[in-house]
Amino acid sequence: MVQFSLWDIFTFLLGAVRWTVALSLIAFIGGGLVGMGLLLLRFTKLRGVDTAVAWYVQIFQGTPLLMQLFLVYFGLALLGMDTSPLVAAAICLTLYASAYLTEIWRGCVNAIPKGQWEASTSLALSYAQQMRYVILPQALRVGIAPTVGFLVQIIKGTALASVIGFVELTKAGQMISNATYQPFLAYTFVGLLYFALCYPLSWWSQRLENRRLA
Amino acid sequence: MIEFNFVTVLEQWPMLLRGLGLTVLLTAFSAVFGSLLGTACAWARLHGGPMLKRVVGGYVELVRNTPFIIQLFFIFFGLPSLGLRLSVEMASVLAMVLNLGAYACEIVRAGLQATPKGQLEAAMSLALTPWQTFSRVVLPPALARIWPALVSQIIIVMLGSAVCGQISAEELSQAANLISSRTFRSFESYIIVTGIYLLLAIALRQLLYWVGPRFIFSSR
Repeated sequence: MVQFSLWDIFTFLLGAVRWTVALSLIAFIGGGLVGMGLLLLRFTKLRGVDTAVAWYVQIFQGTPLLMQLFLVYFGLALLGMDTSPLVAAAICLTLYASAYLTEIWRGCVNAIPKGQWEASTSLALSYAQQMRYVILPQALRVGIAPTVGFLVQIIKGTALASVIGFVELTKAGQMISNATYQPFLAYTFVGLLYFALCYPLSWWSQRLENRRLA
Repeated sequence: MIEFNFVTVLEQWPMLLRGLGLTVLLTAFSAVFGSLLGTACAWARLHGGPMLKRVVGGYVELVRNTPFIIQLFFIFFGLPSLGLRLSVEMASVLAMVLNLGAYACEIVRAGLQATPKGQLEAAMSLALTPWQTFSRVVLPPALARIWPALVSQIIIVMLGSAVCGQISAEELSQAANLISSRTFRSFESYIIVTGIYLLLAIALRQLLYWVGPRFIFSSR
């Protein structure tokens, strides 16, 4: 019988935190890039494209993240790809984050007064120039607070990657719980570690929001 | 060439139906009690004593900054060591109610804070008691204001209930797991169940948008 000290448990969980952080960063950066692309598509006047993006968002927001994970995991296997839990989780969370971010940022772009579009049109700026020089710089300021807030959702979302067998913080907690027969202790630690990751971001997001409204 | 076989999965419809039933039941319970808890917490955060404010604030921040799956595991696996052993369904409902309560608290609070001061003064000049003022003057318009946000949060909690399958609550996502291991048609099982969730989310939004203005607050 191996005995685990509190210190052993804590350091093991702390080691798993870096996988939670890594997966969150992948999802955030990947999702941000894809989401920005989708956002630009949403505002072009191409027929049907904005509807397609709207449905993409609706599908990711209207289904459980857990099911999305399973679908990507088994879907990649069906395509004959050798799926590791990390790859499946990274792809799924990237798509998930892109859907939410594109919707959040769309709200920010819509918050820009219509006159800004009209003025830049009357200056004969092209669509790309309008976006680059007039709309996005303003939307960016509105968008920072909700984007930081969404980072918290991503971090919490990575917990589900444990279900397809990726060893991040939640999975590590399950392993500790099974090895020590102390689920109360294990999940308390895990909860506190998630809190330590998320709370500063929530706080920062709130502060940015207050400052913007002030 | 990939071959799909949706029929094999659909033949297991009684299982899907039972799963759907439990998902709907879990959602209904947690929507009602979670919203009530959220409203009570919002009231406490605005009008409670300093101690109560701090306790409620701590609960809200703790829930909003940890994943739902950890809350569920803590309640189902962790609490028994304190002598509180819950059935799978009870643990699921409790986790969902506590989760929605924290988010609903912040949503309702924002709505309550937006009450114009003149309305409170008018209520006071009509000699309404504080409870009458809250329940008749402040709450209904606040609910009307925040209804879309509350409905979205209820839908998020409904979708989150998929996680309850991880403690083997036999809801919709668990039906997908069982069917997938019974028929060896994983992808098809999850596609079908994901589709059901999507329809459920759309239907729930329609339903709540219909119910809200008619029965919960009257919007004129």
